[in-house]
Amino acid sequence: MAQIVVERVAKIFPGKEQDVVALRDIDLEIAKGEFVCLLGPSGCGKSTLLNAVAGFSPPTSGSIRVDGRIVTEPGPDRGMVFQEYALFPWMTVAQNIAFGMQMQKRTKAEIAARIDQLLGLLKLADFRDRFPKDLSGGMRQRVAIARVLAIDSPILLMDEPFGALDALTRRNLQDELLRIWAEFGKTILFVTHSIEESIYLADRIVVMTYRPGTVKRDQHVTLPRPRDAASAEFNELKRELGLLVMEEQQRHAADEMKLAAID
Amino acid sequence: MAGKLKAFLTGAIVPVLVLAVWEATARAGLFSPIVLPAPSAVAVRWWAYLTPGEPWDQASQSWLAWALSGELPSDAIGSLYRVLVGFAVGAGLALPLGLLMGASDRIYALMNPLVQILRPIPPIAYIPLAIVWFGLGNPPSVFLIALGAFFPVLMNTIAGVRHVDGIYLRAAKNLGAGQWTLFTRVILPASTPYILAGVRIGIGTAFIVVIVSEMIAVNNGLGFRILEAREFMWSDKIIAGMLTIGLLGLGLDTAVSRLNNHLLRWHRGLEH
Repeated sequence: MAQIVVERVAKIFPGKEQDVVALRDIDLEIAKGEFVCLLGPSGCGKSTLLNAVAGFSPPTSGSIRVDGRIVTEPGPDRGMVFQEYALFPWMTVAQNIAFGMQMQKRTKAEIAARIDQLLGLLKLADFRDRFPKDLSGGMRQRVAIARVLAIDSPILLMDEPFGALDALTRRNLQDELLRIWAEFGKTILFVTHSIEESIYLADRIVVMTYRPGTVKRDQHVTLPRPRDAASAEFNELKRELGLLVMEEQQRHAADEMKLAAID
Repeated sequence: MAGKLKAFLTGAIVPVLVLAVWEATARAGLFSPIVLPAPSAVAVRWWAYLTPGEPWDQASQSWLAWALSGELPSDAIGSLYRVLVGFAVGAGLALPLGLLMGASDRIYALMNPLVQILRPIPPIAYIPLAIVWFGLGNPPSVFLIALGAFFPVLMNTIAGVRHVDGIYLRAAKNLGAGQWTLFTRVILPASTPYILAGVRIGIGTAFIVVIVSEMIAVNNGLGFRILEAREFMWSDKIIAGMLTIGLLGLGLDTAVSRLNNHLLRWHRGLEH
């Protein structure tokens, strides 16, 4: 049975002149342990869908079920990693990682041991007592990942987590994410607008259309890991998905021109 | 080190020049010493004001008590005491009210009209009423200072809570935080930069109000002393008192600023 079931989900944002249909007729089933990327240009509703699964913003109609239960609010069974990191800046690295475990009322010894383990896993041991402002973007995102791993969510929701990082840091973190995913068997729903990133990471890529957001293509990626971004198969898939995304990107651009003309 | 010394010397040029011109003008006898006492006379007066009147009697008092028995130390302590008590009362009331008004739209809607009506009234305008309500002595003074500190802390606390970035709230909820944890461990720390800015303004206002209130309602403190000196035409003492007020204000502001830097050591705006 699928772990995440999205059924006929629509999301409408009421607007001043006309309502914006961000999502329409989304049907999606994600199995336990699957790595799924939501791919599309900005404005295609991929983050809206992720936020709905996270429980931050419920769908206007349709339903989202996780392990059979309808999602009504955010919860630690679906750990979220944000593009802006969203670390608590007034807490040190260790305190940030501890926060979720404290909410789970774990013992102090247990929390301390888990922090040590995660700091080691994400190569953060030297930064334990630093504040987020003293860390680079890549380091901050490692802390954010450690913070959700700490609460043992079976599902990780990631909203363009590596979007703000430079290419090298990005590849580095992608590899670590794959390692963590393989080691802990998490289900990952990962939003990105990078075609290459989605092919590098995912078991399955869900390409979305621009407004209203619908599923345009549900593409399984069967290339063996570690994937070689220079290989012919990789690039063939990249070209194919590139065409799909470009169509939507052009609709997006045309829409923006129309809006600009009205202004 | 050499750079620091150089910066210090550069900074000293203008004040030394001003002192020299002032001393020369005063000595030339262009003005009566009542209008313009010489800086050297001010310094002598300041020393007399600072030091104890009696020689130290080892049997009857400790050295510290003796050292602080001069007129100036006791005035400074009196003023500082009023500032701190008044500020504690004002900020102590403003902080919880501000947190509530910032967090709850209903409480904000309820309280904001009254706050907006009262806020523009300067604390000084409450002096007559303060005397009618509290008589003379410390109570009216503390009341006025509390009033002066109340509004800056209140307004900044409200703004601080309202400006908490929603992403922290989402992250905390996602990690399983309930309402109370959200408030104490996310909203409160996230709004401290604003709150502390309000504290600094509030302390500044409190310091202005203490001087004015001492001129009216009490008979010690730095504000009282410079007004008293005027009655005797002791201009040198007036200036000595003013300088003391300036130094005390500077010390207070530095202390608050240090405290802020420590409490906000996590804050991105304060790289050090």
